[in-house]
Amino acid sequence: MLNAIDKKILETVADIHDVPQGAYNIRKNGKGESRKTTKNIDIVTKTDKPGIDVIIKSNTKNESVHVPVILSATGLTDVVYNSFFVGENCDVVIVAGCGIHNSGCAKTQHDGIHDFHVGKNSHVKYIEKHYGEGEGTGGKVLNPKTTFEVEDGGFVELEMVQIKGVDNTIRDTEVTLHKNARVIVTEKLLTYLNQEAESNITVDMEGENSSAQIISRSVAQGNSSQKYHFNMVGNNKCKGHTQCDAIIMDNAKVVSIPEISAFNSDAQLIHEAAIGKIASEQIIKLMSLGLTEKEAEETILEGFLK
Amino acid sequence: MLELKNINFDVETEGGNVSILKNINLNLDENKIYVITGPNGSGKSSLAKIIMGIYKPTSGNIIFNGEDITNYSITERAKLDIGYAFQQPPTFKGIKVKDLIKIASKKEKNLSETCEVLMDVGLCAQDYMNREVDKSLSGGELKRIEIASVIARELKLAIFDEPEAGIDLWSFQRLAETFKAMHEKKDTTLVIISHQERILNLADKVILMQSGEVKEITDKDKVLSEISRADDACKCSASCEKGAGKNVKCDR
Repeated sequence: MLNAIDKKILETVADIHDVPQGAYNIRKNGKGESRKTTKNIDIVTKTDKPGIDVIIKSNTKNESVHVPVILSATGLTDVVYNSFFVGENCDVVIVAGCGIHNSGCAKTQHDGIHDFHVGKNSHVKYIEKHYGEGEGTGGKVLNPKTTFEVEDGGFVELEMVQIKGVDNTIRDTEVTLHKNARVIVTEKLLTYLNQEAESNITVDMEGENSSAQIISRSVAQGNSSQKYHFNMVGNNKCKGHTQCDAIIMDNAKVVSIPEISAFNSDAQLIHEAAIGKIASEQIIKLMSLGLTEKEAEETILEGFLK
Repeated sequence: MLELKNINFDVETEGGNVSILKNINLNLDENKIYVITGPNGSGKSSLAKIIMGIYKPTSGNIIFNGEDITNYSITERAKLDIGYAFQQPPTFKGIKVKDLIKIASKKEKNLSETCEVLMDVGLCAQDYMNREVDKSLSGGELKRIEIASVIARELKLAIFDEPEAGIDLWSFQRLAETFKAMHEKKDTTLVIISHQERILNLADKVILMQSGEVKEITDKDKVLSEISRADDACKCSASCEKGAGKNVKCDR
């Protein structure tokens, strides 16, 4: 049974209020809580390690899979391996996300290791949200590892969001693109207090006419620190564009390491990175429309991370 | 409605104190259009920013409808229905044009009202509503959105800092009409910093500034005739006061 805390976490990490529509697998405190499969989407428990295999049949359109994780016990380290096999010509939404409610003093950690195999000409939208809460002093740690293998003509949209709540995170994402495959990665992150966040994204463009876009927006507040390492590798005729944009506030630290590597003369790669504080003109403009300084700041950050 | 009493504004620079505004005394009446004009660096924008509260005067008082607002914050002045359209508007990543208009509007505007505000500044609402107010917009587009955000507010006192900058001639007539309508329908007192003849034509009074001082408060006819006289002088370089045929710097 899901209690009120579980439901609140679910709502935050999966935008769902109760049990979701379509296929789902809810994992709670290291164990499967509930599961539903559909005609086109099967979910099977792995036999060699903790986790599940999600198998989506070819030609599955307009369906969704939710695989949220809830951690509400303190002092738990949960490692889970989830594999997604998406057939050809699919159009699906996959929502993963982890919420931690740590009311104790011990560290609670979730390491979600996800690998995706996206079949030819399939479109996958993958949404991952991370959220931590709880009155306890125990740390809330999330270390997701995500890999994508995108076959010819496949298109993957990756949306990763982590706003406050998580004390420590190292996020590794690797994408391999074959012929005509495309990826758009959108990452949004806000850290405060003493939180630390690190994000490493590598996109390997192996196939001809593959293309990749990474859009990262982050806000670092308080004494928090963030580190970004985005690498685009062009091994064929391809296009890649990285935009890494951070707003820095208070005593925060942001390190952004751009890397673009071309191993083919038809690879076009661009990296843009910027770190800066909120411009005073922006605050003044919004104040002149009647907002207080604090409201103006919130409005700017909200827009930036939207 | 707005009274500026002995306003002085100094800024500290490496070379010592520089006096930007010197002993400004102005009395603006309700429901009038004032155009502030004068050469670059004469203190026009500084004066506008002092009225909005962006700059604090070194000395002097600002009285708005009988209330001393000298120490009021920008927000407090905005809440008294004073508004200011920036000469160089800032951009906002992720904030859409319709969001900005929504923030600016006191009461919730329906779609057609938001459209109207954008059309007033010569923008096709459909094309712009969902655009972000970021660097993807041209300078002229940003400027118009900035003006729209001030028009949307329904103010008692609206200040526009060189609204014509970056706006093409085709849209300009429309803008002049918009200012007129704002003043007639909404009883807004307008203060427009401008060098444009069409804008000067709207003025009830023209405030001429020079070297941080109000040189003259006059009517538009006098200023316009002076401009046309100077125009003639330019065309006929023989009578140019700066010296015919010489390589001289001209402010015009």
